Amino acid sequence: MSVKFYREAIRDAIAEEMRRDPRVFVMGEDVAVYGGAYSATKGLLEEFGEERIRDTAISEAAIAGAAVGAAMAGMRPVAEIMYFDFMTIAMDQFVNQGGKNRYMFGGKTTVPMVLRTEGGAGRCIAAQHSQSLEAWFCHAPGVFVVMPSTPYDAKGLLKTCIRDDNPVLFVEHKMLYGEKGEVPDEEYTIPLGQAAVRRTGKDVTIIGYSRMALRCEEAAKKLAEQGIDAEVIDLRCLQPLDTKCILESVKKTGRVVLTSEAPQNANFVCEIAQRITEHAFDYLDAPVVRVCAADTPVPMSPTLEDECIPTTAKIIAAAKVVLGKA
Amino acid sequence: MAMLKAAVGKTGPKEEMALLLKQMMSIRAFEDKVFELLARAVLKGASHVYAGEEAVAVGAMAAIGKKDLITSTHRGHGHCVARGGVLKLMLAELCGKETGYCRGRGGSMHIADVHAGNLGATGIVAGNIPVGTGAALACKMKKEGQVVLCFFGDGASNNGTFHESLNMAGVWKLPIVYICENNLYGMSVAVKRCCTVENIADRASAYDMDGVIVDGQHVLDVQATVAEAVEKARAGKGPTLVEAKTYRYRGHSSSDPRVYRTKEEEKYWQERDPIKIFRQLLAEKKVMTEKELDAVQAEVDAEMVAAENFALNESPYPAPEALFDDVYAGWRQGKYGLEKLA
Ligand SMILES: Cc1ncc(C[n+]2csc(CCOP(=O)(O)OP(=O)(O)O)c2C)c(N)n1
Ligand SMILES: [Mg+2]
Repeated sequence: MSVKFYREAIRDAIAEEMRRDPRVFVMGEDVAVYGGAYSATKGLLEEFGEERIRDTAISEAAIAGAAVGAAMAGMRPVAEIMYFDFMTIAMDQFVNQGGKNRYMFGGKTTVPMVLRTEGGAGRCIAAQHSQSLEAWFCHAPGVFVVMPSTPYDAKGLLKTCIRDDNPVLFVEHKMLYGEKGEVPDEEYTIPLGQAAVRRTGKDVTIIGYSRMALRCEEAAKKLAEQGIDAEVIDLRCLQPLDTKCILESVKKTGRVVLTSEAPQNANFVCEIAQRITEHAFDYLDAPVVRVCAADTPVPMSPTLEDECIPTTAKIIAAAKVVLGKA
Repeated sequence: MAMLKAAVGKTGPKEEMALLLKQMMSIRAFEDKVFELLARAVLKGASHVYAGEEAVAVGAMAAIGKKDLITSTHRGHGHCVARGGVLKLMLAELCGKETGYCRGRGGSMHIADVHAGNLGATGIVAGNIPVGTGAALACKMKKEGQVVLCFFGDGASNNGTFHESLNMAGVWKLPIVYICENNLYGMSVAVKRCCTVENIADRASAYDMDGVIVDGQHVLDVQATVAEAVEKARAGKGPTLVEAKTYRYRGHSSSDPRVYRTKEEEKYWQERDPIKIFRQLLAEKKVMTEKELDAVQAEVDAEMVAAENFALNESPYPAPEALFDDVYAGWRQGKYGLEKLA
């Protein structure tokens, strides 16, 4: 085991896959000379050269679409869209040209590509650089959505995504690049669609992903000090979703708090609430509660950003509500 | 091929010249302060500073009238000042304070004095090129003689929105002047590594409009070039693409080590400093004395000190309860979702 930064784990995953498979290459804005806006591709240019680590123009639609085309024609691109917010520009290419491709052509094509991007709030950089747009992509059959919270998961999942034959949206979090965690020195991968139970407990199930998963764990620790035994699930993948893991936990605890950094309205976690209703309604002892961002654009001002995005305190308060202890 | 505009060299009335100089000095003072506050982590968020490019915004704005409109970019502080922006309200915005131009909701990347005909800065590179184009369409339809100045960078000209918009404006002969601030880089990527043309203005030929290149370090050259394009636009003769050759002194962000460019290149451009050039011209042509020139600088410095005090010490943060203000016009967030206001 070594202790690595999240950003190093990403870089290592790409480098290992590039060494293993000559079809893997990287393209995106400022990924080569600069090493990525958040330094997640630093050093790759030096090892692999310009042919395989490509700086592009500021052309999000072309980056995503060229990844689709290159994938269809035999390469395995790992393309980067600098901010999740700019996926709006890449949307048509990724979703219409990429995600629907295989189905439209009767299963005769494959689009083995990864679109890496980075989302979330926390840097006071306002409404167009802080978004969490994952729900949009979960609504697009044909693409996977992966959102790791730890260096271990980031590396293991990214390697799996690069080897997978489907278009994957791999969403990192801007506030996690500087987080450290243990990563095995030997080769490993993590299967898609497996949630991680971060902490077992019997009183309440708290579910999160990406940065919120860390806040869920923090909340659980504080709840433990108050005698509340929370189970924490880090989804890791939203599509495919580990519904079984969620249901097993709900059947045990009977109480659920869902968290997300995206706005509440039509949030992806509403889908989880629905699956719980469909498959474990009889086990529920209280209505499912969600802790999401406010239904506003993300404000720049620090006081408003803190108010907008779920905090550990809000998760704790929600857990007490479902436990009837508020 | 786009043509390079000849240098002007001729100065105008003293008050006008003093105002141009003051605006350029104000931008520089503001950007130096912003960089310092970012480095000291007093300022949060990201700021893209305009130092080195002052003559472009100031020269261009001097070519339009009060009723005209502009669209800005992620590097928008300079446009805001040149359109009459007040330093203290700008710095308050960057600090996320309630007293800022956008009540602290937007910060650096969305800075704008909307009442001064600035349709806004944007965090999306090339995001305002279609918006400026649409504003020009409105100007044409309203027939009040307004024009639009639409600013963007060299990097933005590689985005689809640039090409779609210029085509639309070319077809409809819209009253707009596209102003490309070519500072040689989009973040770390040099124009020569990501563009099929060296001169962005050459792209105009694809859209049935004139492409003009101007030295972006000479404020009067920029003013004259844009004025000509504005006159054409007002006369219903359609859009122009003006490319101003310029340079950003600082890194793209405060953490940028600038490995993609050389110290020699930086030095070359710093010797062509737009403020230094204009000061020298005004002194040479005896428009202003050295003492008068120094007085302008002193005035700017004093305003900057007051602005810092206002933004940091005298301005409150927005109240958390105000989070839901202004998401919609005429509707507000209620217990069960949106409610229409009476
Ligand atoms: C659509 C989009 N892509 C990428 C970025 C990240 N980004 C911010 S500024 C910038 C460079 C822009 O270059 P240019 O248009 O030349 O303007 P400059 O910064 O040089 O003034 C990039 C890539 C962004 N904000 N928006
Ligand atoms: Mg540029």
